[in-house]
Amino acid sequence: MSLLDIHALDVAIHGTPVLSDVCLSIGAGEIVALTGESGSGKSMTALATMGLLPDGAEARGAVMLDGTDLLTLPEAQLCAHRGQSMGMVFQEPMTALNPVQSIGAQVAETIRIHTGATRAEAKTRAAEVLTRVGLPPDRFPLYSYPHALSGGQRQRVGIAMAIALRPKLLIADEPTTALDVTTQAQILDLLRGLVQDFDMGLMMITHDLAVVSRFADRIAVMQRGRIVEQGPTTEVFARRRHAYTRSLFAASRHRADLGPARPGAPLLTVENVRRDYALPRTRLFAPRRHHRALADVSFAIRRGERVGLVGESGSGKSTLTRAILGLEPVQAGRITLDGAPVGPETTRRMQVVFQDPYASFNPRHRVARLVAEPFHALANAPRGADRSRAVAEALTSVGLEPEAAERYIHAFSGGQRQRIAIARALITRPELVIFDEAVSALDVRVRAQILDLIAGLTRQHGLTYLFISHDLSVVRSVTDRVLVLKDGRIVEEGPTAQVLETPRHPYTQALIAAAPRLPDLPDGEADAASPAP
Amino acid sequence: MLRYTLTRLASLAISLLVASAVIFLVVEVAPGDPAAYMLGLNAQPDTVAALRAELGLDVSRPERYLDWLGGMLTGDFGVSYTYRTPVAQMIADRLWVSLPLALYALTLSTCIAFPAGLLAASRRGKAADIGVTAATQLGVAVPNFWFAMLLVLLFAINLGWFSAGGFPGWDDPLAALKALTLPAIALALPQAAILTRVMRSSLLDTLGEDYIRTARAKGLSRGQVLWRHALRNALIPVLTIIGLQFSFLLAGAIIIEQVFFLPGLGRLIFQAISQRDLIVVESVVMLLVFAVITVNFAVDLAYAAADPRLRTRR
Repeated sequence: MSLLDIHALDVAIHGTPVLSDVCLSIGAGEIVALTGESGSGKSMTALATMGLLPDGAEARGAVMLDGTDLLTLPEAQLCAHRGQSMGMVFQEPMTALNPVQSIGAQVAETIRIHTGATRAEAKTRAAEVLTRVGLPPDRFPLYSYPHALSGGQRQRVGIAMAIALRPKLLIADEPTTALDVTTQAQILDLLRGLVQDFDMGLMMITHDLAVVSRFADRIAVMQRGRIVEQGPTTEVFARRRHAYTRSLFAASRHRADLGPARPGAPLLTVENVRRDYALPRTRLFAPRRHHRALADVSFAIRRGERVGLVGESGSGKSTLTRAILGLEPVQAGRITLDGAPVGPETTRRMQVVFQDPYASFNPRHRVARLVAEPFHALANAPRGADRSRAVAEALTSVGLEPEAAERYIHAFSGGQRQRIAIARALITRPELVIFDEAVSALDVRVRAQILDLIAGLTRQHGLTYLFISHDLSVVRSVTDRVLVLKDGRIVEEGPTAQVLETPRHPYTQALIAAAPRLPDLPDGEADAASPAP
Repeated sequence: MLRYTLTRLASLAISLLVASAVIFLVVEVAPGDPAAYMLGLNAQPDTVAALRAELGLDVSRPERYLDWLGGMLTGDFGVSYTYRTPVAQMIADRLWVSLPLALYALTLSTCIAFPAGLLAASRRGKAADIGVTAATQLGVAVPNFWFAMLLVLLFAINLGWFSAGGFPGWDDPLAALKALTLPAIALALPQAAILTRVMRSSLLDTLGEDYIRTARAKGLSRGQVLWRHALRNALIPVLTIIGLQFSFLLAGAIIIEQVFFLPGLGRLIFQAISQRDLIVVESVVMLLVFAVITVNFAVDLAYAAADPRLRTRR
């Protein structure tokens, strides 16, 4: 008998079915990955197992943990199971910890509420658990607060809370999605080690097939609340019986066709740019210290070039973007667009597409007004019917119906919103487009479509752009040249394929080594995307 | 924490100094002669001159400001023009009524609001929540003087449990507290209604946070999560409101003081303004500014106690 046996699980929220006939089993010491796109029911399956479904949800079927049907247990007994025989780690390490409690107290709490240990005993145990997850108390005292830790360290605290009592089952819901690739690799190693040491079953929820390929023993693919395919990882990867699985794989290794680059005269030049931020004084009259966000950054983008910028969080990507847009004063160096220093005059010749397709639009304006927004910066912008025609053209060019202009942004999906964002960016025919993590929040199949759209527009209009991303596979797909940013310096620069295949700088090497990759597939379906050795 | 406290303390001292300068400038340097203003339109020139000398208006302004400031630091607020008694003594007498009244009302409103807010938040959408929310609507809408009159009618006139007004002094502390009870209830009710609503919405916001879900996954029940994780995080907006309410209660009780014939600060200001007693006005205003700034300082410290992120402002 398996450790966890989910049998014919149906869940409906206020009568709307969100899970149907989910069957899944996890054995002790086994890692089972639950994968699929957003809204496919991965998290719902996890929450149903934990008994933490949102209000108004109703579950039918059976969730057997070690012979007990969790669905039939009253709340009080479920509380006794949560944290004791099953633990859960969540996606967002920045918000998953209570900001006003020390990390020691938060880990000790799991121990105290279940075992009745005294404060001192729980504290000792908490110190042991934190040491096990890589946060030894001599470097990370128990009285530290979450805000003093990095994202990866906070995720370790989250794991410590979940495994403090050595649960039989651990559920990890996208535990590394919010982390940098090098941190992701460390957290995955930690989870794997814990599974082996404690002989736990691990339900790992992730949308990232590359992570799954190296990590999971078995894999279950979910689509619209159902498991459409499951089996041992190698087998699912090799066979891909279900059409949905095949389309997920194809999209994961999709390469857009940019067409050849025809670099012209230099358009954007960044010369020896430095940006310091003043830190708060440590004492009342202490001299101010500074954080160097950008140190001596120089590069140029020629007309018609497609340049990628990669780097982990805190590397200075956002500061550089703002500086190029003229939104950020720099202490030294200069940034020029076509010879003119950047500022309000040049800003209108550049446009940006941001990461979050949900937060970057005013929800109270119609799409027509949102897309026409960049015209406000132009002196001779088209008006009336001309403007409507321009909006309709822009929407058509990104694959939407012109009628979309009359609707509001909430009526569109994430992918459609990102199309609208691109339409907005391109309506004034800007000389330089900045894609700031523009596809990072999208599901893999939508991401492939948007990358194709960008590539198509590039072939058609000869776009010049700077594509900022933490995702190397995306950068590989849509750029000719890449810059690697670390601690405010460009440590490596060169043709994308060359840098990603034969990286020279140790940091680039580490970045590429840490990035999860899909294995080569036997049946030629994805030959065009053979990964780096 | 020590550094944070010292920084706040320094800012408190600077705020007080700036406030004193502004009050001095507004009252003394504003166009018109304070002495002439205090004596009214029909004053004789020699009476005005006599008053100027008495008020010390014949020396230079910086000198007067320093005198005034130094006087306040040593407890000498000057002499009231209308009552011919030291202002410090007058304020002290009134403060012995207003300060306990404000504290009493604040304690009552907090004691009502915390349980009511917790109850409403933990039973969101259920009967208890709807009941509490409706009661707060009423509490905010009912004018406190009218409510005060109802209290007098019921408890003083019909039942005879309390006296209808007046203040016996602190010689008998029990009698004094008894005299302050009805006014404190009248003051506390609208404050409690506002505080309950803030408490409820702040708790509900907090209960939607990710770390609440994390705590539930650790095995805490809904009630435990509310007490151990939500309450402290929800306190910041509540503390802000409590700070504002205290400042208001100290001097804003004029109407309630009138209804209950209490010799409080509110009545003192009212009388001083109508009698053009600038010295009293100036001193009471400075005292209120001092109270507001000190309360804000206390609220800042309470913030830091509630939220460790503020102690080490990054």
